[in-house]
Amino acid sequence: MRFTKDHEWVELDGDIATVGITAYAAEQLGDVVFVELPEVGKTVKASENMAVVESVKAASDVYAPVSGQVVEANAVLSDAPETVNAVPESGGWFAKLKGVDKVEYEALMDRAAYESFLETL
Amino acid sequence: MSLQSVGRPTQPQPAELGGAHRSLTGGRGLLQEEGLLFEVGGVDRTGVDLPEPEADASDLGDLVRSAPIGLAGLSEPEAVRHYVRLSQKNHAIDLALYPLGSCTMKHNPRLNEKAARLAGFADLHPMQPTSTTQGALQLMDRLAHWLKTLTGMPAVALSPKAGAHGELCGLLAIKAAHEANGQGARRRVLTPTSAHGTNPATAAFVGYDVSEIAQTEDGRVDLADLAAKLGPDVAAIMVTNPNTCGLFERDILEIARLTHAAGAYFYCDGANFNAIVGRVRPGDLGVDAMHINLHKTFSTPHGGGGPGAGPVVFSAALAPFAPAPWVVSDGEGLRLEEEAVGAAVQAFGRLCAFHGQMGMFVRAYAYMLSHGADGLRQVAEDAVLNANYIKARLSGVMTAAFPNGPCMHEALFDDAWLEGTGVTTLDFAKAMIDEGFHPMTMYFPLVVHGAMLIEPTETESKRELDRFCAALLALAQAAKAGDVARFKAAPYLAPARRLDETLAARKPRLTWRQESAGVAPAPLAAE
Amino acid sequence: MRYLPLTPADRAQMLSVIGAASIDELFVDVPATARRQALFDLPLHAGELEVERELSRLAGLNRAAGAGPFFCGAGAYRHHVPASVDHLIQRSEFLTSYTPYQPEIAQGTLQVLFEFQTQVAALTGLEVANASMYDGSTACAEAVMMAQRVTRRERAVLSGGLHPHYAATTQTLAHAEGMEIERLPAAIDAEAAVIAAINAQTACVVVQNPNVFGAVSDLTKIAEAAHAAGALMIVVTTEAISFGLIRSPGEMGADIAVAEGQSIGNGLNFGGPYVGLFATREKFVRQMPGRLAGETVDAEGRRGFVLTLSTREQHIRREKATSNICTNSGLCALAFSIHMSLLGETGLRRLAALNHARARTLRDAVAAAGLEVLTPRFFNEIAVRVPGDAAALVDELAGQGVLAGVPFSRLDPHDGFKDVLLLAATETTTVEDIQALVSALQRRTTA
Repeated sequence: MRFTKDHEWVELDGDIATVGITAYAAEQLGDVVFVELPEVGKTVKASENMAVVESVKAASDVYAPVSGQVVEANAVLSDAPETVNAVPESGGWFAKLKGVDKVEYEALMDRAAYESFLETL
Repeated sequence: MSLQSVGRPTQPQPAELGGAHRSLTGGRGLLQEEGLLFEVGGVDRTGVDLPEPEADASDLGDLVRSAPIGLAGLSEPEAVRHYVRLSQKNHAIDLALYPLGSCTMKHNPRLNEKAARLAGFADLHPMQPTSTTQGALQLMDRLAHWLKTLTGMPAVALSPKAGAHGELCGLLAIKAAHEANGQGARRRVLTPTSAHGTNPATAAFVGYDVSEIAQTEDGRVDLADLAAKLGPDVAAIMVTNPNTCGLFERDILEIARLTHAAGAYFYCDGANFNAIVGRVRPGDLGVDAMHINLHKTFSTPHGGGGPGAGPVVFSAALAPFAPAPWVVSDGEGLRLEEEAVGAAVQAFGRLCAFHGQMGMFVRAYAYMLSHGADGLRQVAEDAVLNANYIKARLSGVMTAAFPNGPCMHEALFDDAWLEGTGVTTLDFAKAMIDEGFHPMTMYFPLVVHGAMLIEPTETESKRELDRFCAALLALAQAAKAGDVARFKAAPYLAPARRLDETLAARKPRLTWRQESAGVAPAPLAAE
Repeated sequence: MRYLPLTPADRAQMLSVIGAASIDELFVDVPATARRQALFDLPLHAGELEVERELSRLAGLNRAAGAGPFFCGAGAYRHHVPASVDHLIQRSEFLTSYTPYQPEIAQGTLQVLFEFQTQVAALTGLEVANASMYDGSTACAEAVMMAQRVTRRERAVLSGGLHPHYAATTQTLAHAEGMEIERLPAAIDAEAAVIAAINAQTACVVVQNPNVFGAVSDLTKIAEAAHAAGALMIVVTTEAISFGLIRSPGEMGADIAVAEGQSIGNGLNFGGPYVGLFATREKFVRQMPGRLAGETVDAEGRRGFVLTLSTREQHIRREKATSNICTNSGLCALAFSIHMSLLGETGLRRLAALNHARARTLRDAVAAAGLEVLTPRFFNEIAVRVPGDAAALVDELAGQGVLAGVPFSRLDPHDGFKDVLLLAATETTTVEDIQALVSALQRRTTA
């Protein structure tokens, strides 16, 4: 699993990448009440807006950690947005992307680097 | 992600009921419980007596609405009880202070209400021939004169219906001016990081990209950053002065000079005009457009959320672009110019139907006549004095965000002083409710951590200010002494305990829906 | 000064606590050149008596609608409001309270807004409504913006039956947003032109019912044509009492319904403050502008209400908000809701029937006087053709004490129709008023 400085995580399996927000981000946001997911088929570029996650008091843009094309959005989040708070780094995933560049993926922080990064905040 | 770390609990913890006395049927003395209109009323009940119509609707055929509408009615005694009981659950200025920063919650004079209800104003149709509305036009003209004189600006648009609507008016005029001058390529608006949310929202609405100007250590616009960001692509800056940290922008003349030198316009958010009315003219500071909140500076009532009024004053450069309608004199009397014709052809178009919030104009004009030039100057002085008094009384215990130098009409604190207590700004605010005060503005401006922005206004007596300070100092002491329970589940004494905003947002329930005839739906259970 | 509680002794004491020698020290940050020492060139303060006198003088220069025969409509209507409405809205806790951001001490306001939203949804025949907008015209403009967000299309078609002020307001906002507006020429029967104007880029059509000429019609054909092209139908209603007699916008296929609520609970007030109604289908709720009150529970499990779905709004989304709106029309919405609860279902239907009956009487009287009535089916307003210039006629009759409606040219000077007069009748119009109007009109044609 890799991480961005903007608190997204991405897990590459073959050339399909699963993307979500980190436990730190979920905690900072508070109770998630709504998630606006990208449309299947949409092409996203790294660091561009991909989704929006809303809590009661805040709406945060979620950026694509890597470039790719959306093949699936997590339908569970439509009825149960609280899943993001419960299991942000597994069941609370946002989208799956295909056509992801392995080099782009490996350039991102690993968990140890991300946790060091969190300490600087 | 653009992580917004304002996540704070929006689901209350299960409440401790404490040792309070319980009645047998759940009643709470004077505080009466009252269900929803659709539970206490019925489709077969009414509180009006109307005669039989002299004709039927057979001429309308199948256009007649035959399906039930679903409206509950009440007799007059029931209706009066329904609304009086509901009113008991509201805080109000007439009850106690609202120390809300940038809201200017001053006393609403009752003379204003009496004046607005004179039949000559209240029972007047906007499209009557102007020969029958000369008094209304004269009042609008006089109000415009006062606003122009107080701000030192040559033109004013009266029609915007609220402050945000006024911001829209100002930016549309700026956009029109640039287009007329061949400068339509300017796509960017600059706002400070401390700006009120309506500023970037309005700029984006009008099609501009919004960039932020950094703030200095002492809470003002960073001139170097502003100079760096100004350029041929900038249409305008939107600055509040005094700013949302309650501080006067000392470099305001330089801010205006830099902006104009770069070919941009200076929009001023007039929300904080109460600090300087009668003492400083925005026109003298280089402002090109400023909206004035009549429901803030000029005392028109907040009414639980509105209506407001947001007339906009304009510099000579922007005056030609102000929207219709205007009051003009034509020798014989006054009339309304409702179309952008002739000399006014550059005006950008209508902002709303009819002429604006006449009811609020009458109230604001009554307020202006009552205070006069001397009274208005005293308003600003007392507003600033009251805020500085609070700052001085509380600064020993609470941490002022900008302790060096005076504040203007509002005092800003951060939450550094709460560190280690386990009590947040939110908890502190909720505990204020139990002491009888509406919380101050919280978590705004965004540039200060755990911000608490306190604006008392000039209509608070010293006795009320002392009562307020005593309550806050006592609460602060309790927080520092570790009395966390007082705060975490507060308020205890309000008509409602903390409400589950998470549930409201996850499962929105925005209307009453009848589950079955005559039966109210069960209240939602907390998840 | 009666509104300023501080005494000179208070001020002196407070300055010493602050540690400042004078008030001027607190204004030290104001540039020297911008400090005004002298008072402004405006009158000095005045007591209540003097202020009342001046305002009464100004009010006395106006002719109140109730002073004689009165037939003005065109988007604002004179109705009778029960005495308890104005009394209740002046209660301190309603008049002088703030936006309900602290719900624990604002349950009164929040419950009223929830009830208001329910009433508006019921009246419009749609599923959800917001807690009000500034007025009908800005609600109309906001509805078009919402249609753009929902359909992601850039074009809107405005019916020729739409109030010209509403069309102009919509054009102003839409132009700012970069939308393309097709504003059809004014027409009493607008249906065919609207349907013909729909294409694949159309986000919405905006139709008014009853329209600015008073005409009521079945909008289902327009709805079908719009939906077939993937566009939304927005229905505008400027006379809210008509909801008590005419089939609702929702019933006829509206996706968004907006209205001016002034007719219920709120007086004419020379054009404001008014109250905008805004309702839509549940599936569009997150795209709806304005405040929303929602039901929830408190920490003791009791039902309560809060402002919700706030993340659409300016103070959170900032530049990504659905709108820049900050206020609603709170007190006017309260007045609307109180009047609505006094009317109830039967009262509203009876009141609407009365309005229509009175308008039938008006129509028959002016037709009998030889004027051409242009509106085939109407609720409480008709368009008539008069000999010569309608504006001149209205001015002349005003001089005789009769407020004979609104000339269409006052709303829109460009669209021809210089001889068209809009006449409204409500439950406040008497048979004597109608006779006086007809006599005045007849005097003019025979003179």
